[in-house]
Amino acid sequence: MRKPGKTLAPAPFDADEVRRLAEGLKALDGALLPILHAINDRFGHVDERAVPIVADVLNLTRAEVHGVLTFYHDFRRAPAPRHVVRLCRAEACQAMGADALHAELEKACRGGPVLVEAVYCLGNCALSPAALIDGKLYGRLDVAKVLELART
Amino acid sequence: MTQRIYVPRDAAALSVGAHQVAQAVAREIAARGLDAELVRPGSRGLFWLEPLVEFDGPSGRVGFGPVRAEDVPSLFGDAPKAPSLGRVEDLPYLKSQQRVTFARCGIIDPLSLADYEVHGGLKGLRRALEIAPAEIVAAVIESGLRGRGGAGFPTGIKWRTVAAAEGAQKYIVCNADEGDSGTYADRMLMEGDPFLLIEGMAIAGLAVGATKGFVYIRSEYPHAFRRMAGAVETARAARLLGPDVLDSGREFDIELRLGAGAYICGEETSLLESLEGKRGQVRAKPPLPAIQGLFAKPTVVNNVLSFAAVPTVMAEGAAFYRDFGMGRSRGTMPIQLGGNVKRGGLIERAFGLTLREIVEDYGGGTATGRPVRAVQVGGPLGAYWPDALFDTAFDYEAFAAKGGMIGHGGVVVFDDTVDLARQARFALEFCAIESCGKCTPCRIGSTRGVETIDKILRGERIVENIDLVRDLCEVLRDGSLCALGGLTPIPVMSALEHFPEDFVRDAVAAA
Repeated sequence: MRKPGKTLAPAPFDADEVRRLAEGLKALDGALLPILHAINDRFGHVDERAVPIVADVLNLTRAEVHGVLTFYHDFRRAPAPRHVVRLCRAEACQAMGADALHAELEKACRGGPVLVEAVYCLGNCALSPAALIDGKLYGRLDVAKVLELART
Repeated sequence: MTQRIYVPRDAAALSVGAHQVAQAVAREIAARGLDAELVRPGSRGLFWLEPLVEFDGPSGRVGFGPVRAEDVPSLFGDAPKAPSLGRVEDLPYLKSQQRVTFARCGIIDPLSLADYEVHGGLKGLRRALEIAPAEIVAAVIESGLRGRGGAGFPTGIKWRTVAAAEGAQKYIVCNADEGDSGTYADRMLMEGDPFLLIEGMAIAGLAVGATKGFVYIRSEYPHAFRRMAGAVETARAARLLGPDVLDSGREFDIELRLGAGAYICGEETSLLESLEGKRGQVRAKPPLPAIQGLFAKPTVVNNVLSFAAVPTVMAEGAAFYRDFGMGRSRGTMPIQLGGNVKRGGLIERAFGLTLREIVEDYGGGTATGRPVRAVQVGGPLGAYWPDALFDTAFDYEAFAAKGGMIGHGGVVVFDDTVDLARQARFALEFCAIESCGKCTPCRIGSTRGVETIDKILRGERIVENIDLVRDLCEVLRDGSLCALGGLTPIPVMSALEHFPEDFVRDAVAAA
């Protein structure tokens, strides 16, 4: 069972490892999501080359696997940069200036090693603005604090 | 006697430094050689006081908060540098509440089954094991409990349908995909009292004859997922879950599943598709999930808070629960106050509190100190309420009568800098981002809506375009397959109705 928040260093694509992960989880009911999560966690993204392997293990078409892979926001199709700031853009954080915070961050992080992404609600709505920075939740954020946390 | 010192491990508390505070407390205990134990409960839900540190005392727990790690040593001396709160139970915010579902949250060690039982846990499940399944269902119906996810469908009626359905395998599915902005009660409960959810699901399993349950937790809640995983493991080891639940000979087990960042998977049929390993696309109803749900088997799908209310109904009786509330809204509702508010937090009260009491008495106005201009209730699909309607009582029917909904109980406060035309635009934009794409009104209509509001914001043919938005909202409301498309018009229309001046502001400024 995958435990979220665990960070493994992203590894280069390894077909045998993909197959091993898929085989290990295929007995679960509705195994495709857990398998894609496992691959995404292990490699930092789900490489295009993993799709036919997963399809083969689960006896699905490649189109079915591709369809699921591309439906969910969590599965990355390409490696992520070193640091990821998932900034909440939903209403409670908007009420505390998340839109302006987002604009400032975009400007400050353009072209750098910090990727700023939108997420809609982290359940930290009484301590807005909130973000997941490299998988850790923070509240009452401002630009300086986000940049300090993301760069360390 | 060993003194207990409490520092929350709730994700929100951790997000503002509770971990560093806990480490400092542990250091202080060691350095001073104290006979004390550090306990890591969930949160009390008094978020403006987090990190909140509580000390066991002769007359109850006394608290300090918010505490910074560097202030911790001073808490052990005579001149504490963090605000002293006195007895936490006496804080008016907490004292005035009716904590039923959240009675233990922030108090017990969430992963201690012994602590759970000392505080009344498992009484409901033990009672349920003594009576016939039909009696469990009857008690839940009698309690008046309605689905706390947002739709408000009577929980007991759903259970009765599943109990009566034919099927060798039935499922209990807990919807923990709490995606509504402004809501966090499911998260708090899973982190602060996970055995309560397990107990509630086990009772549901007994009631309808299901041996397997799934909890679908959104991936944005990594702490809740880990806490639940620990609790399920402990519950199995204690034979609370497994082939022989509490030595009754009855079977029930739970598996956790992680969402993958799709708001639509909070919709029950889409959630079932996702659990089956598919794209989270909405199913047409009928068939109801109660008849053909997960893997086409009869399935109970309930929200975390609905399951969590059931052990109380079983332990204290249906009448105890039903006696809270008003009209057809029975029991207590965990209201979640957030956004631009001075004192954001969890308020569990019987239905009937007014919005003004929530925002002004509990919330204390805005965090920025500016006047409150609008309050959105019920998540991204809920209405924006103006001050003129703040005396509306928190109740399913009273809110629906005024064009809104209570949803999952989120209340988000905005100050007078909010632009409701932009909020209406966001509602449609959010619908476009999160639409599963199955039905046309939602998939296409949301994008056309954003474009049309952009025209209004640019001052183009404002009157005609507002008419067009209204017309589009009608199509979305009547023609969408599920609540995402069907309810997106609520925030849009409420903004238009209560804050029309915001839709012409830019045009007026330009003229």
